[in-house]
Parts: sequence; structure tokens; C-alpha cells
Amino acid sequence: MAAALDNIFGYQTPEGIELRHAVSGPLARGLAWLVDLAIKLTAYLIIGFVLAWAGGVGVGLILIFIFLVEWFYPVFFEKIKGATPGKKIFGLLVIHDDGTPLSWNSAVIRNLLRTIDFLPLFNITGLITMLCNNRFKRLGDFAAGTVVVYGNQATRRPKIADASPQPPPQPLTLEEQRCILDFCERTDRLSLDRRHELARLVPSLANSSEPERKLLAYGNWLMHGGKRA
Amino acid sequence: MNQTQFEHNYAPTWADYEKTLTQLEERAPTITPDAAGFPASYRRLCNHYALAVSRHYSPALVDRLHGLVLRGHRQLYKRKDSIIRHTLGFITVDFPREIRTHGRLFWLAFALFFAPAILVGITTFGQPLMLHAIAGEQMAAQFEQMYEPGGDAVGPHALRSGDSEFAMFGFYIYNNISIGFRTFAGGIIFGLGSVFLLVYNGVFIGAVAGHLSHPPFNAQFWPFVSGHSSFELLAIVISGASGLRLGLALIRPRGYRRLDALRQAAPGAARLVLGAALMLLVAAFIEAFFSGSALPPSVKYWLGVGGWPALALYFTLSGRRRRP
Repeated sequence: MAAALDNIFGYQTPEGIELRHAVSGPLARGLAWLVDLAIKLTAYLIIGFVLAWAGGVGVGLILIFIFLVEWFYPVFFEKIKGATPGKKIFGLLVIHDDGTPLSWNSAVIRNLLRTIDFLPLFNITGLITMLCNNRFKRLGDFAAGTVVVYGNQATRRPKIADASPQPPPQPLTLEEQRCILDFCERTDRLSLDRRHELARLVPSLANSSEPERKLLAYGNWLMHGGKRA
Repeated sequence: MNQTQFEHNYAPTWADYEKTLTQLEERAPTITPDAAGFPASYRRLCNHYALAVSRHYSPALVDRLHGLVLRGHRQLYKRKDSIIRHTLGFITVDFPREIRTHGRLFWLAFALFFAPAILVGITTFGQPLMLHAIAGEQMAAQFEQMYEPGGDAVGPHALRSGDSEFAMFGFYIYNNISIGFRTFAGGIIFGLGSVFLLVYNGVFIGAVAGHLSHPPFNAQFWPFVSGHSSFELLAIVISGASGLRLGLALIRPRGYRRLDALRQAAPGAARLVLGAALMLLVAAFIEAFFSGSALPPSVKYWLGVGGWPALALYFTLSGRRRRP
């Protein structure tokens, strides 16, 4: 179903269905990275101020804290929450190639390899690697078998506007039926002119004065059959 | 069946499913997927989703069912955790086994580290100025200052309080374990990064050791480093081996696509580097609280020398028996 240039990839599960994921691109991930960076720096500043009075023990604790955050902040959040706070903001989620949630092992692998993806500076290696494959994977993603996708989107449940059902003038293929239903579900988000413009693409409605009403009628017929819902 | 009937028939099932799902997604779920009959209702939903797709029901319904399936899939197919939860099993069984499995890589990394270390060490011992060429004037002077009698940083005469010991503990963790992780990560450049870091560290450590083996520094230097030497040096070797494992998968993929070979090698390599990180943690502890303490040098030597055979026994013998 996905078009050739789509960012959707499918994975066939043991249950015989195809799960579809929308891969996230470098921009969203770059911004998420910046947000995470800001969060980490803030944490360092706060810890630094709090422990500054503690002398040698404070210095030791600060260094241990920096070490843990620098290496394990993404490991921890991606395993427990599915994404770092920065990624969460952009609705991103890290999963395995087969759509399953991240394991500790994969989280460790993809994030330890971040060092190399960062080289020579500002994630340039990672960015180039991402642009060279269709799932925007950086090196760490390849080694761990992971991919960053858009998480649960709020599911829309639009109602098809009510209209008196009317069978289409000729039998339609399933693809065409779906096209009409898709249009009906989107009408309330389109301007009137745009609705007309789209509906007139159907050859038999090209000269109709209210083409989208016709399509709504067909849509209702496809959804509910001949009876009015 | 048209879409309205379909939705009407199954809406209650979907609502039930979503309720269970929401409970499972809670921070501390009170139910387990098995007990709640979740797998069965998940499969039923998969079936409904497949029907909705094949009958070309409206995109909104298909999307909604897909969203429900996706969330269920994430709950049902959570992977068993291997590292953190089973730390003890990891230390006693998995880690030494992993080293034995990759014995050749271990020895390769061992040679890449110790050959330059010993060569440069002997050369520097004969030509003490070598250290200045390798580390630079400033750093060489720093090392000398650290280990001269009554030196300020370490050694039995150093003014060490519990305070500064803990500061050094933090520093060793931050610095040394980061080096271990970098040595691992460097392996993804066809092993080159790991080879470089192994040789580089070998040369550097060899030069420092060769230089400081001369009096008056030797009386401070060797007692200080011997205690944690086994854990620290072998951990660097193992980090190197883990990186070489990644590199080898790319160089010689054994009939797989290179990226697939990499993905298969990565978990084993990660086990190696995590084990090395634990060893570096032990080394940091010894280095901070023991190596710099006022214990007599002979005690430090004996414990330092003892570490090597102890680790060798651990690597060769631990975890041989089958898991209970």
C-alpha cells in the first residue's frame, strides 16, 4: 500500500498481519538530540552547584554522575520509556526492526556506538549514514538492529458526514472504494473549493455542480449499504 | 458484512482489549499478559485488522485497529532482559564464557596492546628521553612530578585524605571506563578504531612505565600501579577484543550481508565491553582506595601479582558447568 517514496515500512508479524511504522528523519532526531543535550547540561549545572560544597567527595560524585549521564542517559530512557525525553517531545520511539520494544542489550549497543556516529563532530558520521539508507539508521542502529519511528499517533476517528446513500453508477474496485472513503473522511478538514477541486477529478463528476455531495452519497452507501445509518 | 455491521459487532471486544491494554501499559502493571488472556484477544484483534484491511474498510477504522494492534504487539513481544537483571549470572557465567568463545580475538587484542607496550617500555628504559618524544615535555614532567619521592599526587607520602581518594575514584571511573567504551565503539570502523586505541594505549603506557622504572621514580611508581594493573590492563584488552569482534564481522561476514553479520556480532561484543566496564570499576576502586594508600609496597606487589593468575583462573574456569 505504501508508495515508493513513503517513509512507512512494514513488518510481517507471526500473526500474519503487517505492522506499519513511520520512520523518523534526521531533522526530528537532530532536534531531539539538541533537547537532550540541553537537559543533560542543565542536570550537570544543577549537580555541579549542589555538590560544589562537598569537596573531594563532591568532585568524585560529579565525575561519576557525568560518566553515567554521558553514557547511560539514553540507554536508560530508551529501555524504560521507549525514548529519551527529547525524543518523546517529538513523538519518536526507538524499536527493534521487528517492531518490538528495545532490550537492554540493544539499548547499550546503539548508544555506546554513538561515539563513532558523533565523529568528527556534531554527529556528521551518523547523519551521512542516515542519509544513505531508507530507514534513516545511523551506525549504532545497524549494529543493534533498531530503528527510530514515530510512536502512537492520536488515532483520528472522523465520522463520515451523513448523506442519503446512493450506489456508485458503476462497480468500483476495492482500491477505488477506499479512495472515496478516504475523501469522505477528510472533507471536514478541507476547504469547500478544495473539496470541489478534488471531487471533480472523478471523470463522471467533472462537470457536476456539487461533486462532493455525490461522493459523500457513494461513501455512505459503501459504509452502511442501502439503508440510512 | 459492511463496515457499520462489522464495527457494531466487534466494538465491545475492542473496548475490552483496549482496557486490558491500558492496564498493561501502566507504570507498574497489576496484571500479567498471560493471566488477562491477552494473547488470545490480541490474536483476535489481529484477525479483525486483517479483515478490515482486506475488505478495504475506511482508512480511519483500519488506522484505529492498526494502532491497537501495534500497542498490543509492544506489550506482548517485550524481550527478556539479559544484562542488568541477571548481573550475578553475567559475572559468573556469561562474561567468562564470552571471553572463551572469542579466545582468539582476546589474544589478538592482547598482542596489539602488550607487544607495543613491552617494546616501547624496553626502549624507553634504555632511552628515558623517549617519553618526552611520545608524551610531550609537559606531560612527561607531570608524570615525573607525580611519582617523585614525596610527590603530590600519589604514593605513600602523598597527602591523601578520604576526600581526595573519592575524587580520584570518580575520575578513574569517568576516564577509564569511557576509554573502554570508545575502544569498543571504534571497532565499527572495520576494527581500525580499536586497533588504534589498543596500540596507542600500549605505546603510551609502555613509555611511561619504562621511563618511571628508573630511580628515583620506581620506588613510587611500581607499588602504585601494580595493585590494579591486572584488572585495568586486561579490561582494556577485552574492550579491544569487543571492538575487534565488530570489525571482524564487517571484514569477514561469513556468508551474511555485512550489516547482518554486524548485527549478529553486536550482542556478544556488548557483553564483552560491559564485562570490561565492570573490571574497570574494580580497578578504579583498587586504584583510588588501595594503590595510593600507606600500605607497605610488598603487600601491594603481592596483591598486584596475585591479580593476574586470579583473573586467568576466572576467565578459564568460571561458568563451565551448565546453568542450574
